[in-house]
Amino acid sequence: MSLRLEQVTKRFGNVTAVDHLTLSIPEGEMFGFLGANGAGKTTTFRMILGLLEPTSGAVQWNDEAITYAKSHLIGYLPEERGLYPKLKVREQLIYLGRLRGLDKQTIIQEMEKWLDRFKVPEYAEKRVEELSKGNQQKIQFIAAILHQPKLLILDEPFSGLDPVNVELLKEAVLDLKNNGATIVFSSHRMEHVEELCEYLCIMHRGKPVVHGALKEIKRSFGKKNIIIHADFPLDELRHFPGVMKAKQTAEGIHLQVENEDVSQHILAHIADKGFIRKFALEEPSLNDIFIEKVGAAYE
Amino acid sequence: MNKFWIVLWHTYITKLKSKSFIITTAITSLLILGVTNITHIIDFFNKNEKKTIAVMDQTEEMYKPLKAQLEKRGDKKISLEFFQGSEKAAKQKVESGQWEAFLKIAYDDKQLPEAVYYAKTVADSDTSDQVKEALQQIKTAMATAKIGLKQEQITQLYEPVSFQKIALEENAKTEEELNQARGLVYVLVFAMYMFVLMYGSMIASEVSTEKSSRIMEILISSVPPVQQMFGKIIGVALLSLTQFLVLFAIGFSSLKSSGKELLQLLGFEHLPVSTLVYAVVLFLLGYFLYATLFAVLGSMVSRAEEVQQVVMPVTMLVIAAFLIAMFGLNAPETSFITVTSFIPFFTPMIMLLRIGMLNIPFWEVALSLVLLIGTIVLFAFLGSKIYRGGVLMYGKSTSLKDMKKALELTKK
Repeated sequence: MSLRLEQVTKRFGNVTAVDHLTLSIPEGEMFGFLGANGAGKTTTFRMILGLLEPTSGAVQWNDEAITYAKSHLIGYLPEERGLYPKLKVREQLIYLGRLRGLDKQTIIQEMEKWLDRFKVPEYAEKRVEELSKGNQQKIQFIAAILHQPKLLILDEPFSGLDPVNVELLKEAVLDLKNNGATIVFSSHRMEHVEELCEYLCIMHRGKPVVHGALKEIKRSFGKKNIIIHADFPLDELRHFPGVMKAKQTAEGIHLQVENEDVSQHILAHIADKGFIRKFALEEPSLNDIFIEKVGAAYE
Repeated sequence: MNKFWIVLWHTYITKLKSKSFIITTAITSLLILGVTNITHIIDFFNKNEKKTIAVMDQTEEMYKPLKAQLEKRGDKKISLEFFQGSEKAAKQKVESGQWEAFLKIAYDDKQLPEAVYYAKTVADSDTSDQVKEALQQIKTAMATAKIGLKQEQITQLYEPVSFQKIALEENAKTEEELNQARGLVYVLVFAMYMFVLMYGSMIASEVSTEKSSRIMEILISSVPPVQQMFGKIIGVALLSLTQFLVLFAIGFSSLKSSGKELLQLLGFEHLPVSTLVYAVVLFLLGYFLYATLFAVLGSMVSRAEEVQQVVMPVTMLVIAAFLIAMFGLNAPETSFITVTSFIPFFTPMIMLLRIGMLNIPFWEVALSLVLLIGTIVLFAFLGSKIYRGGVLMYGKSTSLKDMKKALELTKK
């Protein structure tokens, strides 16, 4: 059950929101979709869901187009949170669940299971407008996954949640993935994507600037980070050959270097200068890659 | 179950259970009970209300005949009191509320009575008219007596002329039938006007609430927008039918038990079946036409507060149709009415008026229905496209240009 986007382009008048995007997401994968605001993430999701027609190109799931006949297999959490403010959580979930093809009995069972899991069983009889924004989001998340979708699209699922709830939701998302669901999600938070996804795509102005497996992306990025904590001044390293960027911290310095070799030269250079409390060579963070790729595209 | 039915049922049940629906239905029922029993209610409040009118009779011979005349008329609410004293004292008593009014009668230069009626306000013309009429009769009697006419001659003089209207066309309605038809048509047109406006704007605000609460994206990702739009329109139609049936049952039974005359006046005594059948058909078609427009307009705004503004043009159309129908009640045969009855926006009300009041050939009705249905199909088709794009558009969007934009959104 793989999801494929083939040269998908969407134009609104003169604006090209998505420009020849080709993606392939294997079944059971968690796919991270990154991009600055307005990069075309939501438009892509809407095309996957069939809410918008691509100007050209095709979206296929299992070699078939996605239509309303398949809506019981698809779950969607939109970026803009919304539920009926006046309806009780129970009525709300029953309505949305039935629209996804479930019967009432199953919905109530599933709802109770999930409300318990999210530690809010007492919300079933509350009206949505009485709940806090974060709790509304949990309800909406439940609405998106109640029918155990095979394809789950989450647009910014963790925004606006406190760390405890982010963990609860992350676990839930991972469980769904382990049950075989294909999950596409977008986020501004690089650490979430780094933690959850093996595959990702960074969008910029409708085009994918980085695309592939996380490990591959990091390896091919080449650049590494060095963290040094020492008792002597390290500022001179700023101008050391091979250093791309440097950032002074309270305890020492963070460097971005061209490649691994540079780290050995630096280590040799500072080894006899004094006491070194920490010297670490790290993979670049997704954050670095994002800033570099998207930032470069801005310039 | 088909998703269309789920949307329909959900719309119907949640609206039916909502407090606002129950309260409006209850209040309207009370109102209908009140209107149908209005004569009883007025009688009840006026039972003990006796109005005293002081009479200062400067002619010294008018008081007694006036009192006799009023009693003859059988009005027990007005009682006269003979008053001798200063005008000022009398006026004070009126102002203090002891007397309803104070009547000063004198002779004019032709030796005929003239009167001045003093009351706190002259808003209650009912009482003063009674007195005036009684006085008028006395004056007539006096004036005719002066000329020397006999009683029979006077009766002859005042007897109304016999004037009968007979329609020669075979199926044309008689005068009486026409009056009854007018009552029936008035009630039906008014009901249509009320329901279209009430439920139309309910649909518009429903759609915009779903949009502003942003639940729309979830909904249209699981139900095709067209099914959703029509599920909603028909759900609300069922709701309006439910309310209509409740109100109709209450009104009809209440009229049957208490307001026979009103029932007759409105032509409900012998309901013409064909008019009713056409009424139901036109009612439904009119509702669908306007409901579709309201739904589409509702899908264009992103905040519930903007709904009233954006549905204004359609509301105006409904009001225009109603006003034309009101004009047509007294002139159903004018060519203006004939022409407007073929304009789809006006057909539901104006054609109903013509069917109810005239005998029009079937082909005219059929033609107008075809035009109306065609328009509905066209708007439903266009509307569902605009709706599909409109629900995805946010921001200030109230113009035709934005409708075009919404249409484009659904294209490739």
